[in-house]
Amino acid sequence: MRRFATSALLVAGLALGMPAARGTAEEMEVKLTPGEGVTTVETNCGGCHSLDYIVMNSPFLKEENWKAEVAKMRKAFGAPINDADADTIIRYLAENYGAPSKP
Amino acid sequence: MRRRRLLTGLGGAAAWMTAGGPARAEQPRLDPALPLGTRAEAELAELPGKHRLIKLSWRPPNYETPIAAFDQAITPNEWFYVRYHLADIPDMSVLANWSLSVGGDASERPFSLTLDELKSGFEQVEITAVNQCSGNRRGLFDPHVPGVEWGYGAMGNARWTGARLRDVLARAGVKAEAVELGLQGYDGPVLPATPAFRKCIPIAKALEAEPLVAYAMNGAPLPHFNGFPVRLIVPGWTGTYWMKHLRTLELRTKPLESFWMKPAYRVPRGMFPVAMPFVTQEDEKTTPITELVVNSLITSPTEGAETSTKGFDVRGVAWDGGAGIRGVDISTDRGQSWKPAALGPDLGRFSFRQFSLQVVPPGPGAVTVMARATNNGGQTQGTKLLFNPAGYQHNLIQNVTVMAA
Repeated sequence: MRRFATSALLVAGLALGMPAARGTAEEMEVKLTPGEGVTTVETNCGGCHSLDYIVMNSPFLKEENWKAEVAKMRKAFGAPINDADADTIIRYLAENYGAPSKP
Repeated sequence: MRRRRLLTGLGGAAAWMTAGGPARAEQPRLDPALPLGTRAEAELAELPGKHRLIKLSWRPPNYETPIAAFDQAITPNEWFYVRYHLADIPDMSVLANWSLSVGGDASERPFSLTLDELKSGFEQVEITAVNQCSGNRRGLFDPHVPGVEWGYGAMGNARWTGARLRDVLARAGVKAEAVELGLQGYDGPVLPATPAFRKCIPIAKALEAEPLVAYAMNGAPLPHFNGFPVRLIVPGWTGTYWMKHLRTLELRTKPLESFWMKPAYRVPRGMFPVAMPFVTQEDEKTTPITELVVNSLITSPTEGAETSTKGFDVRGVAWDGGAGIRGVDISTDRGQSWKPAALGPDLGRFSFRQFSLQVVPPGPGAVTVMARATNNGGQTQGTKLLFNPAGYQHNLIQNVTVMAA
């Protein structure tokens, strides 16, 4: 199941003009929390880096910080992420890997 | 959550072992101050030619050295940490055809050279020096800041062998107008649109006696992921300038404009002391991070260890940006009183300096051990974090709590 998801990710990445990931088998074990937008995250983010970067940077970034990270990936690093996908990614990250809201 | 962790939650670690294979992933000991997510995803893992290091990210590979490996003055190559920003890393077969291009608009005679020519054409020099990532201990920042969430192990101390950078540059002829030396390696980004990892150092730094174009590390070829076959050694400066898989040395009459010089790798101006300001890359508020600050690491005892009430040894390493370590003081009463530790052999002012002291705890129970290094410039470690947004230069006094029984 994981393998299928992985190849789907790579195919989607290639369709977007991203090079095939040169990841090891181990990184395919990184499994993000299921949720709305997770495939968009895997497809867009996984082209250039393994997804453990997201888990590693959690759970302390607020939505505005995740927004800044996604903006950095698009503007500074040239990630070809469209506006709609960027919004989906930011929402997903804030919900699943964001700083817990204070009571 | 990952499958492995679910299994572990069900007592699966034992199941892995009895299922016939070594457990695929083992949890390293990690500081509880690291982000929860970091502690969940970090694991011990092996890169080719390496012992099991603490994997923080698979791709690009970012692996830190476990603290136990620093219980010696020299960090073995197999234990040396790995840090990359960008994931397109050439294979060894490609790097075997290495050549270096030396030129730029501030050079008289651009040339290129092979590994054999580098080894035979210049005086061979050795220096022992600490390579430390600018963001070592970033994961301990409070509040946390984004980035690779390093614990204590994004550093290492090695004996580097190579040609003096200034000897190599002299062959190209350094024009008087040179202001910087531009650096680039053979590794690069996955996407063409991503900025290549281009860095620079002031020409005055490049022409100092210490920087090396190094082809050996602890007497052996550089490991693949530490820059094989040749990397730059910039003693006293953070690892970001120690270009791996060195491809280009570019003598420049104009400052480099690169994402990796600005806005990346910046600290507030004046926050950290430097002997050589990087004037060509400064702006009103920020400056490139350059020189290492004084720091130390307790390697023994380890957090949570059981020790004797009769006494135990406190050991570790201390280092700085090149003034050299004057002393390391140890406290077992939360900093109220300090005793000087004995220093190990002096391997040079850019090296780790080992320290040790036998301490006797006040009685049974929890004892917190602290180490505080001071360098020959009078710089010392403190207890208040100099917060900066990128999470650089964490050198707070460490607390290691043990149980005396």
